[in-house]
Amino acid sequence: MGKKKKCALAVIMEDAGIEIDGQVESDTESEEDEAKEKTPKRKPRREAVRPNRLKREKQQKDKEEDESKEEDNGPRQNRASKRKKHQRKNSDGKKTEEGVSHKRERDKKAPNKEQKDSENKEKKTNKEKGKERENKEKKERKNSTPSTTSSSSDEESLSEEELAMLMEQVEQKKKLISTMRNKPWRMVKKLSMLREAQAFVEKFEGALGKGKGKKLYAYKIMMAKKWVKFKRDFANFKTQCIPWEMKIKEVESHFGSSVASYFIFLRWMYGVNLVLFGLIFGLVIIPEVLMGMPYGSMPRKTVPRAEQATAMDFSVLWDFEGYIKYSALFYGYYNNQRTIGWLKYRLPMAYFMVGISIFGYSLMVVIRSMARNANESTGEGDDENFTFSWKMFTSWDYLIGNPETADNKFASITTSFKESIVDEQESNKDENIHLRRFLRVLANVLIICCLCGSGYLIYFVVKRSQTFSKMQNIGWYERNEVEIVMSLLGMFCPPLFETIAALENYHPRIGLKWQLGRIFALFLGNLYTFLLALMDDVNEKLAEEDVLRNITHWTLLNHYNSSVGNGSTATPPPLDPADVPRGPCWETTVGIEFVRLTVSDILVTYVTILVGDFIRACFVRFVNYCWCWDLEAGFPSYAEFDISGNVLGLVFNQGMIWMGTFYAPGLVGINVLRLLTSMYFQCWAVMSSNVPHERVFKASKSNNFYMGLLLLILFLSLLPVAYTIMSLPPSFDCGPFSGKKRMYEVIQETIELDFPLFVAKIFSYVANPGLIIPAVLLMVLAIYYLNAVSEAYQRANAELKKKMQMLREEEKNKRNNKATTNSAMQDLEDLFKPSMKSESHPKHVEDKKTEPPNKTSPVGKQGKAAAEDGSPINSRRGAVLTPPLRMLVTQPPTPGIRAPYPGQPRPGAYPEGPVPWRGRGQPRYPHAAP
Amino acid sequence: MGNKQTIFTDEQLDAYQDCTFFTRKEILRMTHQKGMPFPCPKLHGRYHEMAPNVVPMDYTKDPDVKLPMQLIINMPELKENPFKERIVESFSEDGEGSLSFNDFVDMFSVLSEMAPRELKAIYAFKIYDLEKTLNKLTREELTAEEITLVCEKVIEEADMDGDGKLGFADFENMISKAPDFLSTFHIRI
Repeated sequence: MGKKKKCALAVIMEDAGIEIDGQVESDTESEEDEAKEKTPKRKPRREAVRPNRLKREKQQKDKEEDESKEEDNGPRQNRASKRKKHQRKNSDGKKTEEGVSHKRERDKKAPNKEQKDSENKEKKTNKEKGKERENKEKKERKNSTPSTTSSSSDEESLSEEELAMLMEQVEQKKKLISTMRNKPWRMVKKLSMLREAQAFVEKFEGALGKGKGKKLYAYKIMMAKKWVKFKRDFANFKTQCIPWEMKIKEVESHFGSSVASYFIFLRWMYGVNLVLFGLIFGLVIIPEVLMGMPYGSMPRKTVPRAEQATAMDFSVLWDFEGYIKYSALFYGYYNNQRTIGWLKYRLPMAYFMVGISIFGYSLMVVIRSMARNANESTGEGDDENFTFSWKMFTSWDYLIGNPETADNKFASITTSFKESIVDEQESNKDENIHLRRFLRVLANVLIICCLCGSGYLIYFVVKRSQTFSKMQNIGWYERNEVEIVMSLLGMFCPPLFETIAALENYHPRIGLKWQLGRIFALFLGNLYTFLLALMDDVNEKLAEEDVLRNITHWTLLNHYNSSVGNGSTATPPPLDPADVPRGPCWETTVGIEFVRLTVSDILVTYVTILVGDFIRACFVRFVNYCWCWDLEAGFPSYAEFDISGNVLGLVFNQGMIWMGTFYAPGLVGINVLRLLTSMYFQCWAVMSSNVPHERVFKASKSNNFYMGLLLLILFLSLLPVAYTIMSLPPSFDCGPFSGKKRMYEVIQETIELDFPLFVAKIFSYVANPGLIIPAVLLMVLAIYYLNAVSEAYQRANAELKKKMQMLREEEKNKRNNKATTNSAMQDLEDLFKPSMKSESHPKHVEDKKTEPPNKTSPVGKQGKAAAEDGSPINSRRGAVLTPPLRMLVTQPPTPGIRAPYPGQPRPGAYPEGPVPWRGRGQPRYPHAAP
Repeated sequence: MGNKQTIFTDEQLDAYQDCTFFTRKEILRMTHQKGMPFPCPKLHGRYHEMAPNVVPMDYTKDPDVKLPMQLIINMPELKENPFKERIVESFSEDGEGSLSFNDFVDMFSVLSEMAPRELKAIYAFKIYDLEKTLNKLTREELTAEEITLVCEKVIEEADMDGDGKLGFADFENMISKAPDFLSTFHIRI
C-alpha cells in the first residue's frame, strides 16, 4: 500500500497539528510552564497522536498545550506513533470487549484529566518551589499514565489475524535475509532487498511482543541478534584458524584439486596428530617430567655404567640409545609408583588410559570424517548415466590458474573425450580377450611373487638383525639394515608394480585402484613381517628376562649382605643405580624400533624428494641448454607429484605412530614435527620442481578410499598393541607397569584401591563373560538389523528412482505445457534478462539451450543440428519476458493479504501517522462492525 | 578500522556478508595491493587493481563504476578459464560483460566454495552452451563428427523430458548428480 496512504495520513496529521498550533498561540500560559511541560514527554505524546478535537475542546488548556508542543515537533511525532503501535499490539485480544470498554474508557479518562488539571493548577500556584517538586509531579504524572495507556490501547487493538500475518511476514523477511545469499539475483537487487527486509524487520519485530512479554520479547530478539553475530564471528574466527589455506590454494591453482587433496589430507593428519600429541604430552610426559623422580634416581632412569662413556655420542644418540633411551620419550623411563607428586597423579593409570584413548580418538575421528564424506557423495550412484554430460560440464577445474596446468587440462579433457568417443563407438568390440586375460593373470602372479619376495626379505633381514644385535662391533649398515631394506622396498616396488600393471591394460581409474591396493599390500606385508620378527625378538627378550630377574635380585642381595657382612655399623651405601643389572626391557626396544623406522622413513622421503624431484628438475632445467635431445620434453623430463604414493606413505607412517606410541610416547611429537616440516617442504618441492599431472586423479572420489585405508591401518595397528597389553607380561624393572603380571591390571588395581567397593563389584559383574558374550551378540544383532534396514532403504530408493523415471517417461509422452513455473526457472529467466537486450549479438547464437524450435524432430538430429549450424535462439529466451515473481517477496504488506479487510486503514502496519477517526468512541473498524 | 571505513561503511560490509558467501574476513582481508597507498579490503583491492584510475577508493556512496570485460578476464583467476567471457557476461548486469563492483562481488560469491549446489547450477546453466563449451574445452581438436556425436550423447543422457533440448530442469538434474561439479566449479579469490 505504500506511500500514497502514508502521505494522506501525514496530511491529516499536519492539519490537526496546525489547528492545535492555532490554539496554542491563543493560549496565555507562561513560558516557564511550557518548558516544564516539555520534559514529561510520555503522556503528552500519547495524547498527541490522537487528533480528537471534540474531546480536546472540552479539556483544559494546559493539556492542549502539551499536545501542541508535541505536534510542533516533527521527529517526535514519529516516535509517538511508534509507541502507539506498541500499544495496539498490547491490546491484542481485548478486541472483543471493545464495545463495552469504550464507555468505561471515557469514564476513566474524565477523572484522569481532572486529576491532571488539579496538578497543573498546583504547579501554577507553586511556581516558586524548586525543581524537586517538579520532579515529583512528573513522577506522579507518569504514574497516572498507565491507566490511560491501557484503556486507550483497547480501541487501537489489532486483530489477531493481522498480527499473525505481520508475524508471518516478519518471519518471512528474516528467512529472506538469512537466505539472501542463496538467491540467484543481481547484487544490486540483493542489496536493496536486504535493506528493505532489514528495515521491515527492524520496524516490526519489536512490536510483535504481546502485553507484558513485550520487553522479554525485545530482549529475546536482541539476544538472538547478538547470538547470530556471535555465531558469525565465531565462524569467521574458525576459518581464520585453518592453517595453510593460502599455501594449499597456491598448489591447487597450479596442480588442480587432486594434488591439493593430498595437502588437505596432510593438514587433516596434522590436526589429528596435534590432538594426540596434546593428550600424551599433557597427561603423560609433562607430569612425569615435573613430578616424577628425577633422572639418575633409580636404575630405570639411569644409563648403565657400561654405556655411560659413549651415552652422549651423536652416533649413539642417533640410534636412540644412550641418554635418549633413558628419557621420558620411551616407555622404560616411567616408574611404577602408583601416584606421583603432591597432586597424587596416578601416572601408570594415566599412561594406560592415554594409550587407549589415542586409539579411541583416532577411530572416532576417522569414522566421523568417513561418514561425512559418504554423506557428501550420496549422489554418485548412477555413474554411467551421464558420462558425456559430466565431461562436458564439470571437467574444467575452475581453480586452474596456471597456463601449463591449463594446457594439460585441455589435453586431458580432449583425450578423455576421445577415449569416451572411442569407447562409445567400439563398446562391443573386444578383440583377443584371451591374451588380455592371460596378461592380467601373469601380472598378478608377478606381483604376488614380488610381494612374497619382499616379505621374505624383510623377515630375513629382521632375523639377521637379531643376530647382529648380539654381536659386538657391528657397523652402521648392520645396525640399520632393517630400515634401509624396508625403505628401499618402499621406493622401488611401486614403480615396479606400475610397470607390471602396464601389462594388464586396465582402465586408468581401475588401474589406479589396483596399484593403490598392491602398494598397500606391500607396505602392509612389510609392516607385519616386521612386527612378527619383532615379536620373536620380544619373546626372546622375555625369556632372557626371567634369567636376569634372578641375577638382579641376587646382586642386590649380595650387595646388602656384603655390607652387612663387613660388620660396619653404618647403613650400607646404596648401590649406585647405574650399577644395578637390569632386564632387556622389551617395550623400550620396540619403541626404539618404531622411532627409528619413523625417522628413517622421514629421511628417505625427504631425500627422495630432494634427489628425485629437485635435483632432477635442476638437471633437466639447466643441462637442457647443452644436451643432445630435449630433456624437458624427452626422457627424464620433470617429475609429477605422486599423489597415491604420498598418501599411502602418510597412511602407513600414521599406522606406525599408532603402534609405536604406546612404547614411545615421544613418537607423536616426532610425527607432528614431521608433518609440519613436510607441509612446507613438500609445498616447496611441488611448486619448484614438479609438473602438473597429465592424467588427473580425481580427488573427491578417492578421499574416502584414503580414509578407508587409514581405518584399516588403524585397526591393524590396534591389534598388536592390544595383544601386548592383554597377553604379554610387562618387563619387571622398567615402565609404569613393572611388577604387574599384565598391563591392564593397572585398571583393576585402581578400581580396587580408589573406588568404593560396589564399583569394583559392578566392574567384576560387567567383566563377566556371561555378560560380555550377550553384549557382543546384541551388537552383532544390531549391526545385522541396521544393515537390513539400510538395504531396505536402498531398495526403496531404487524403487522411487524407477518410479520417477517412469513418471518422466510419461511426461515425455504428453509433453505440451512448456511453461513450467518453478521459482528457480523464474530466477534463471530473470538472469537472462540482460542478455536479452543483446540477443542479436552473435555470441548467443550457439547457446546450448538454443536448439531449433521445431520440437517434433528426433532428439539426435536436434543435437546434431545444434552442433552443426548453431541455430538461433529458442523460445527459452522468449520466456524471459514473463514478469519476475519476486514482487511477492519484496512487498511487505501485499495487497493480497489485505484483501479480507477492504478499505481498512490497518494502522498497525503504518506507524507513521495517526488515524484521523480514531478515538471518538467509535469502533475502530467501522467496516467490520455489524 | 580507519582504513576499512574509508572504503566501506560497516553497514555495507554487513550487507555484503549477508548477500554473499564471503566471511567478513574475506571481504576485509587486508592485502597490500600494488599501487595502493595502504592495505585495503581484498575484493575491493582486486577490483581497484584492475583500473586504479577509474575505481574510486570511497565506496560508501555507491558510485556507479563499471569495468569492461577485457580487464576482468585478465585476472589471474580467470585468465586460463576457457569460459571466462561467458562467466563475465553472465554476471554483468548489462549482459555485455562490464562488471560493476557489485557484480564482481556477486561473481566470486557464486563461485566461492560455500555457495550451494543449486545456486551454482543456475549460473552454470547460464554460462555453458553446448557446442561452444565443447570447442573451448578441447581447443577445437575434435572433428565435426565427433562434436556431433558428443552433443547427441549429451542430449540423450541428460534430456529427461525428451524435448530434444537441455532445459534447466534437465541440466540441474544432471549436475546435481555430478561428483565433481562442486569441487571444480569454484574459484578462490
